[in-house]
Amino acid sequence: MNEISLNIDGRKVTAKPGMTVLEAALENGIYIPYLCYSPDLKPHGGCRLCIVEIEGMEGMPTACTTPVAECMVVRTSTPDIDDVRCNILELILADHPLDCLTCVKNQRCDLQKVAAYLGISERILPHNDRNIPVDDSNPFFKIDRNYCILCQKCTRTCDEITCANAIEVISRGYESRIGTFGDKPIMESNCQSCGECVVSCPTAALTIKESAVPAYEVETTCPYCGVGCGMYLGVRNGKIVAVRGSDSKANSGKLCVKGRFGIAGYVHSEERLRSPLIKKNGKFVEASWDEALSLIAEKLSSYPKEQVGIISSSRCTNEDNYVAQKFCRLVLGTNNIDHCARLCHAPTVAGLAQTFGSGAMTNSIEDISEADCIFAIGSNTTEAHPVIGMNVKQAVRRGTKLIVADPREIDLVRFADIWLRHHPGTDVALLMGMIKVIVDGKLHNIDFIKERCENSEAFMESLKSYDIDFVERITGVPREQVIAAARMYAAGNPSSILYTLGITEHSHGTDNVIAIANLAMVTGNIGKRGSGVNPLRGQNNVQGACDMGALPNVYVGYQSSTSPETKKKFEAAWGGNLSIEKGLTTPEMFNGACDGTFKALYIIGENSVLSQPNSNHVIKALSSLDFLLVQDIFLTETAQLADVVLPAASFAEKDGTFTNTERRFQRVRKAIEPVSGSLADWEITCRIAEAMGGKGFDYENTSQIMDEIAALAPCFGGIKYERLESGGLQWPCPNADHPGTPILHTKQFACGKGKLTPLKYRPSEELPDADYPLILTTGRRLFHYHTGTMTRKTEGLNIFMGRERVQINPADAAKLGLNDDDAIKVISRRGEVEAGVEVTRVVPPGVVYMTFHFAETPTNMITSCAVDPVTQTPEYKVCAVKIEKSVCL
Amino acid sequence: MDILSGYNREKSNLVSILQAFQHELGYLPEDIILRVADYLRISPATVYSVATFYPRFKFVPSGKKVICACRGTACHVRGGGRVLREIEKQLGIKAGETTPDMEYTLETVSCMGACVLAPAMMVDDEIHGQMTPAKVSEVLDGE
Repeated sequence: MNEISLNIDGRKVTAKPGMTVLEAALENGIYIPYLCYSPDLKPHGGCRLCIVEIEGMEGMPTACTTPVAECMVVRTSTPDIDDVRCNILELILADHPLDCLTCVKNQRCDLQKVAAYLGISERILPHNDRNIPVDDSNPFFKIDRNYCILCQKCTRTCDEITCANAIEVISRGYESRIGTFGDKPIMESNCQSCGECVVSCPTAALTIKESAVPAYEVETTCPYCGVGCGMYLGVRNGKIVAVRGSDSKANSGKLCVKGRFGIAGYVHSEERLRSPLIKKNGKFVEASWDEALSLIAEKLSSYPKEQVGIISSSRCTNEDNYVAQKFCRLVLGTNNIDHCARLCHAPTVAGLAQTFGSGAMTNSIEDISEADCIFAIGSNTTEAHPVIGMNVKQAVRRGTKLIVADPREIDLVRFADIWLRHHPGTDVALLMGMIKVIVDGKLHNIDFIKERCENSEAFMESLKSYDIDFVERITGVPREQVIAAARMYAAGNPSSILYTLGITEHSHGTDNVIAIANLAMVTGNIGKRGSGVNPLRGQNNVQGACDMGALPNVYVGYQSSTSPETKKKFEAAWGGNLSIEKGLTTPEMFNGACDGTFKALYIIGENSVLSQPNSNHVIKALSSLDFLLVQDIFLTETAQLADVVLPAASFAEKDGTFTNTERRFQRVRKAIEPVSGSLADWEITCRIAEAMGGKGFDYENTSQIMDEIAALAPCFGGIKYERLESGGLQWPCPNADHPGTPILHTKQFACGKGKLTPLKYRPSEELPDADYPLILTTGRRLFHYHTGTMTRKTEGLNIFMGRERVQINPADAAKLGLNDDDAIKVISRRGEVEAGVEVTRVVPPGVVYMTFHFAETPTNMITSCAVDPVTQTPEYKVCAVKIEKSVCL
Repeated sequence: MDILSGYNREKSNLVSILQAFQHELGYLPEDIILRVADYLRISPATVYSVATFYPRFKFVPSGKKVICACRGTACHVRGGGRVLREIEKQLGIKAGETTPDMEYTLETVSCMGACVLAPAMMVDDEIHGQMTPAKVSEVLDGE
């Protein structure tokens, strides 16, 4: 691209085409005062402080709205310009408190900066004390309109970045102010509390309540969902006092409410484990590491190797997981290792491996917004992956078409061109029906199918069973909508599919994933920017835990644990004998525990009692074990059942890497020392290994572990810590010169040709009947994460949502005589739980919705044991329940 | 709601829809704003922002009759202030208020474009020109 040269204040500078004069000046180190400009927002031209003189132009154009042009001559400061600027600033200062020294934004305030530049030394106009009451209803930030200069950066951020539009300028003239619908406290608005507005505020009008200026900052990766936002932890006196987004490719500086406000609450919680605990006579007693380690070593050595196993953790680092599977295979001598991907995206790994040859998100977060059409199915993106949710909404604002398929009226529906409200569990019929519409309408990509796919004849033949009458009857979606959605997706060039657990957590989860892969292949939406099949992973490092081989059937880098060559390779590398038997999955370990064929389990960072379906079965299994070792940062419901509990360090207290949903390795950096008595997970596992006589666990740091990973897994061969310093690397990255792979399957599929796969629709296992007339579907809410062990330690998040409120349609609520916040019992064939009620049209009649965030309402007591036959992933999304009013909660 | 069905879901219809509801109901209740927002798929705060920009939109019910006194320059120099004070006295309310019996709401306007008739006042949509304090009771009684 040709550079443009222009003259600013007598200096010859260059700028890129499309830049504004203000951007060109700032990039060349020339300060022009401004208050409403932000590089993340559209030019606004509101504050009028960036006015300049440009030869050949009349008046004083604003630099932030004027594009650069070749040979432009700009003057940024003349007596006339500064005179106007002073007038503007004097008008602002007439209303603004001059208490800079005691203001929280002192020295970080743009207004101060501009006043200093203009040499303002006194308030000339009479002071008008506005005396507006402070809105401190939000637990995390407050709004003090006395400091507001109406630059509108907050409202524009809420509009352009988060697309929530919770705050706007209300009223007019001198009465203009930043406000919510009805001018109510911010807590009563639709504010998602992401805090982006607070970050954007140039003054002290929006400030974080509990924050201090940090002594230093450490860049790391968020420990919550799979987006993997880069963040800076601000530390002072050993405590995290501030969090801000970093400019990682995953999040471009954005954070959600959990990442911004939900870190220190759990990292510094009083409830953190600080010592190993050994259960003696039914009670936990503090023990030394030596005592705990020798007991563990003795216990784990005392069972036949096929009766011992590990459940590793999606929240721990790659290095933690690598060491855990190495320990399991080399020291325990078994492939009995699994982790919670079994509960969520195992069908993705299986379904996409079968069709494409690789079970991961095909594209990158940043190219989702380049799609012409986004099809979000079974993904409540704005709550479960809030930052990607923002990207989707921004794309829609720019003209991208959006199709949402979800039984619930989720937030994205408001942005959708088409909303398919299909019955829970009918995804195969919906997706295959759409494919039939596309093929019948000759909208499929014949060239792509011919060149890149196989089995197309049998596949096309199989579509016969998905005629539109059948699809309409099964899914409950009017045929016109199915047809319109199919055509819209097919017309998109390119179209991208986003999905999450609404697709995978079914007894036909793998079929659902294959149906999605079929849809993408038929239309050729694979292997290019803005297209793809994009499973959004749920936990921070669930991708990494899979990649590192915390799975019974594969070593690190998806190398088969039942292949003799792989066995030989790892035996040589690790120096020991390895098993060639496929290991047990989590459900198999639990079933084995119940019938006495599985004896000892080592659980790392996983709260199975609340996260697994049918909790009674889990509790029975864990209680039936001879020996249960749990390693966690808290004494979770699962740890309470353990014989020995080991205290682990949190993400803020250790080094390592997380791999986010787009296969990007990103650094986790130690910001503070571990809570006294705790150790990083990999260190603990290494100590256990050494106590059991294991060799090859004497790592000095996590960088060494990564080097070992790179040496053993071809797809991670080029991953090195030095290379992760700038933005992370997306695998496959086979060697040190490889730049990483933002898009998979660009030339051919990982398995050669894509496999178009016929599917048969199967209904969910447990459907409603006269005794249990409602469908229960489960998921997440914005303010909490998983089983709540981390988020519920932050008081503010509990203020937003402090207990389970079952969503129920007004029609069902009326039948049962229920009102908001009534106490109810939700009962299934497996048990009952108590909860509150939220009457809402978000759920359709006949469906109720719950989360698994609350130990007080352990929803998984009642969920179904039905599993996907391929991956044994539980059917969390559909089971039959009934509801009764409780006498009291 | 019938009013909404008369408009397609283009955001540019926002002000027209609000005007229709204002005309129908005399004000814009919260549930109407929420419905309009839902219909146009924009945030309720955005609807509220637009609505609060225009003085014609009300957020509390108005009296049966809306009295409007002009405070424009022409009316001001010809004694509009005295007329306003007289209206306030007779109705027993200040500008911006509504009588407790919900009969009258009193408002002021910066100019109603009837400067040639200054000072002017308006009762609902009817303009009364060349007002004097003495004529106020006549106009109010006549209504």
